Amino acid sequence: MTGEQSGGPLLAARGVHKVYGSTPALAGADFALHAGEVVAVMGPSGSGKSTLLHCLAGIVTPERGTVHYRGRELSALSDAERSALRRGEFGFVFQFGQLVPELTCTENVALPLRLAGADRKSAERQAREWLERLEVDDVRHHRPGQISGGQGQRVAIARALVATPRVVFADEPTGALDSLNGERVMELLTAAARDTRAAVVLVTHESRVAAYSDREVVVRDGRATDLSGLAGAA
Amino acid sequence: MIRTWLRELGLGVRFAAGGGRSGWARTALTAAGVGVGVAVLLLAASVPTVLDGSEARSDARQPVGVMGEDAAPPGPTTTLMAWSGTTFRDTQILGRLLQADGDREEAVRPPGVAHFPAPGELVVSPALREMLETEGELLSERFRGTEIVGTIGPEGLKGPGEPAYYLGADGLDTDNAWRVTELGMKGGETPLDPALVVLLVVMLSVLLMPIVVFVATAVRFGGERRDRRLAALRLVGADIAMTRRIAAGEVLFASLLGLVVGALLFLVGRELVEGLSISTISVYTADIVPVWWLGAVIVMLVPVIAVAVTLAALRGVAIGPLGVFREGTTRRRRVWWRLLLLAVGVAMLVYFGPDDAASTVNEWGISAGVLLMLCGITALLPWAVERAVTRMRGGPLSWQLATRRLQLNSGMAARAVSGVTVAVAGAVALHMLFAAVETQQRVETGHDTDRAQAVASRLIDEGAELGPFVDRYATAEGVTSALGLVRGWADLDVALDADGNRPGTSFQIGDCRVLRELIEVEACADGDVFVVPSPDREALAPGDRLDLAGPVEASAESAPSWWTVPAAARETHSIPGPHGDQYYGVFATPSALDVSGVPSLSAVALLDTVPGDEDVVEHLRNLAGVQEWNEGVHVLANTRLTSQFATIRNALFVGAVVIMLMIAASMVVSTLEQLRERKRQLSVLVAFGTRRGTLGASVLWQTAVPVGIGLALASAGGTALGVLLLDMVGAEVTDWLAFLPLTAAGLGMILLVTVASLPMLWRMMRPDGLRTE
Amino acid sequence: MSISHALLGLLESGPSHGYDLKRAFDARFGHDKPLHYGQVYATMSRLLKNGLVEVDAVEAGEGPERKRYAITDAGVSDVAHWLEQPEKPEPYLQSTLYTKVVLALLTGRDAAALLDTQRAEHLRLMRVLTRRKSGGDLADQLICDHALFHLEADLRWLELTAARLNRLAKEVTS
Repeated sequence: MTGEQSGGPLLAARGVHKVYGSTPALAGADFALHAGEVVAVMGPSGSGKSTLLHCLAGIVTPERGTVHYRGRELSALSDAERSALRRGEFGFVFQFGQLVPELTCTENVALPLRLAGADRKSAERQAREWLERLEVDDVRHHRPGQISGGQGQRVAIARALVATPRVVFADEPTGALDSLNGERVMELLTAAARDTRAAVVLVTHESRVAAYSDREVVVRDGRATDLSGLAGAA
Repeated sequence: MIRTWLRELGLGVRFAAGGGRSGWARTALTAAGVGVGVAVLLLAASVPTVLDGSEARSDARQPVGVMGEDAAPPGPTTTLMAWSGTTFRDTQILGRLLQADGDREEAVRPPGVAHFPAPGELVVSPALREMLETEGELLSERFRGTEIVGTIGPEGLKGPGEPAYYLGADGLDTDNAWRVTELGMKGGETPLDPALVVLLVVMLSVLLMPIVVFVATAVRFGGERRDRRLAALRLVGADIAMTRRIAAGEVLFASLLGLVVGALLFLVGRELVEGLSISTISVYTADIVPVWWLGAVIVMLVPVIAVAVTLAALRGVAIGPLGVFREGTTRRRRVWWRLLLLAVGVAMLVYFGPDDAASTVNEWGISAGVLLMLCGITALLPWAVERAVTRMRGGPLSWQLATRRLQLNSGMAARAVSGVTVAVAGAVALHMLFAAVETQQRVETGHDTDRAQAVASRLIDEGAELGPFVDRYATAEGVTSALGLVRGWADLDVALDADGNRPGTSFQIGDCRVLRELIEVEACADGDVFVVPSPDREALAPGDRLDLAGPVEASAESAPSWWTVPAAARETHSIPGPHGDQYYGVFATPSALDVSGVPSLSAVALLDTVPGDEDVVEHLRNLAGVQEWNEGVHVLANTRLTSQFATIRNALFVGAVVIMLMIAASMVVSTLEQLRERKRQLSVLVAFGTRRGTLGASVLWQTAVPVGIGLALASAGGTALGVLLLDMVGAEVTDWLAFLPLTAAGLGMILLVTVASLPMLWRMMRPDGLRTE
Repeated sequence: MSISHALLGLLESGPSHGYDLKRAFDARFGHDKPLHYGQVYATMSRLLKNGLVEVDAVEAGEGPERKRYAITDAGVSDVAHWLEQPEKPEPYLQSTLYTKVVLALLTGRDAAALLDTQRAEHLRLMRVLTRRKSGGDLADQLICDHALFHLEADLRWLELTAARLNRLAKEVTS
């Protein structure tokens, strides 16, 4: 398999099949993500776009097909190795609920660094920088239950990016927000990702959110279609 | 590696210690639960030290030396000691008469006694001093003519609540007292009654098992939230091993906190224990020290158990980055191994039960059997709850809501209740055992209180003393009639037997009314003589000559006092007296046998008293006093044992109720947690127009179903265990309904849990509850 | 919307008289605005001139309605080109898109691909607007937002149509 060094994709899925119970979520999906790009994954609900994200991130192991990250096949890795990837190479932003309610915002953001072995002080200092950058420095001592949804998503983005990952997986990051808040969150997410050269897999059903991407992939009936080559002729 | 681990454990500690109010509440609850468990375990671990301590002090005051012929010669430090002692109400008071052979300051004195009491001087224990102050005349009358000059120190008492006294005396000699050269008995263990061993073993198992179960439950407080928290960590990149270590750190912190709480509770409880006493059993605070290795085991084991339980709980749950998936819900619980546990337990109890031939019991076998049986009963619970719940359908809406909820996760409900099951099953079994043992003890005393309620006795030097002695008691307050009797021992006028002993017989002298209490007599008039052949001695026959002054003292040269069994003496049988003893030998009316010059006799008065007045016996005991070593009152119809058992039974009931309250608290916690989690759904139900009553009732059902099943199992299992144990000690079941009070307590517990959960429910049902957080 | 492409597309399924073409057009796309005969004749003669259609047969009698038209190879490729070409995203695009989808279904072409292409074009424009918005002042933002909301509505329509393609195919070809 080609790695990114040779100009190949950073993350590539090939012929991925995944069945939940008796309903197939993915039926031979292909996907490729290059370093630094923002790819929107769209599709109707139940089309398998979240499942694709989970397979790409190594959270879910497909029944058939392969997912390669920088030349390594994810399903061949142990849980500890995949966890290490989540810790250092991947970041996650979900619709809601991914913050640890017991920890303050600063501690939440510092968590990936702490898990990776950083000492508390430096981890929290970096966390603080990210909170400032995402304009939520004022709630750094609050717990997730005490802040608004928009603030929560910004904290989540800060946490996803704090360990300077290569890929950020965002699953409906604005799903629980109004348009104005959602817009701001998307601006912050994409700007921060571009600054750190992180690639983003952005699962959304909203075209206005997908418009922040560089490229669009539509998942339909368990298959992914890359629409990037289709536009621009008119 | 180590540093990584420590960091992850530290992260767990951060979760346990942080997390705002609700986080702290959970940690505190776990710590409190573990703490209570630890305190109880530490107290239990102190029992051997306590027993050793009181036994050592009890041994230390026992005299070394023997009465009679082999008595040591008097020396400058020797002390004469005689048994005294009395009983007040149901409390036995230990008493000794002391008399120095030489200088009092030099003489051997019991531990805890600072100054040797002069005649008439009294050294009392603090407990007796308090009794004397609070009970007034009724007790102090007994000590008339004495003066309290000191207090017995702790080193001379079994426990702080032991009533005891040492009274300075004169007139003691080696006939009636020990000559003590030194105090302190060594060794000499008396094996415990098998029934008592079984009782102790069962009690310990029954009381400690719910504690262990409770600790295990306490460790799982807030488990569902913890699992979700761990899932959130998995997303950020914690692998499975890391989440386990974090969870371990979390519970480790709480259980270490629990150890501290437990140690504090133990120290406080230790101080309080000194003020408590169950009948005469009391314990010095200083004695309550855990056996060091047991204490070490507890301190090491509790955190280990806590971590092990947590890891075991995590094993059944797949915590992935996306959330928590409970396993095993699809798998039906199997019943066979649960029944196997029960069966093995029963088999062990049947097999290891003491057989009649051997007087020893296999404590380990029995404890293992009891524990296995209790485990089996507890293990049956989740299965029973699951089976019962899956079949439930229909019914009113509240019932439907509750049963559907239970169907989703019946294991959690069953776990919370398992502690109740163990506690109740054990308590029911013990209750039955106590009830039966108690009945047995009462039957065995053989007292016939219809004929007399008390027996006064006195060693008299001379037969003529009988009259005044009987009169003293006959005129005492509350005595309706008194029958006097003189007893003595006579040598037969025959050659010494092969062992160098002279055969003898006892003789009893009293009027016909007394004799009728002791032997079968149809016609009796003054002047008659009866003989009752003793089962183990040669029969007496008319014409046999007896030396009434015979065996008093081999060394003393006393003149023989001859008496010949008259030809008219009739042979008859003896019957048990009111005090349960049977006498043999000669039974003579006063004019047939004159003992006015005969030494060393005992006078006995059978006393009838006014029924229902407890003070009467105290007055009688006051008449006997404590100074006279040779006089005593024995109260028939021994109720002391009974009330002691009643205390233990009450303590047991209280213990079971306390355990149930602890478990109720944990159920309230999990119910509240559940309610908080289901806030949204509840609000939707309210928006539908569901009535408060319906939701309240569903909470009630949700508690009532598992607790009800648990109580039913515990009642059945406990009764079965009780029957087995009773069979083991050879007693009959006297109380088939022992489970009723505990079941009632269980129902109260259901109500308590419901009522405690309602305010939260009401609050969440307010319209603003629909708002999302 | 392009009537000439629509008529051409209809001819792809087989030669037809002008009158029948009008009826077919009205049934599928006319709804409340049926075509005039004149429009059909004018369009057909223009197509004839451009070589996209040819007269297949002339039946007895006079008048254009007697002519039977058939599509030429050049006509087929012209239809294909038209269908493949995404429309410039603009308001009230739906009728054109609808026509295209139906014709694609009728002529056995890949309607889904057509929709995807259009979708990609819409999203491309949305990206441009989104980028312009994040750099612009409030007036720019509001104007861009207006356009974005319209595009979003179109995209929703595209998505919905894509989801209902099977049903539509059944109705169109029946």
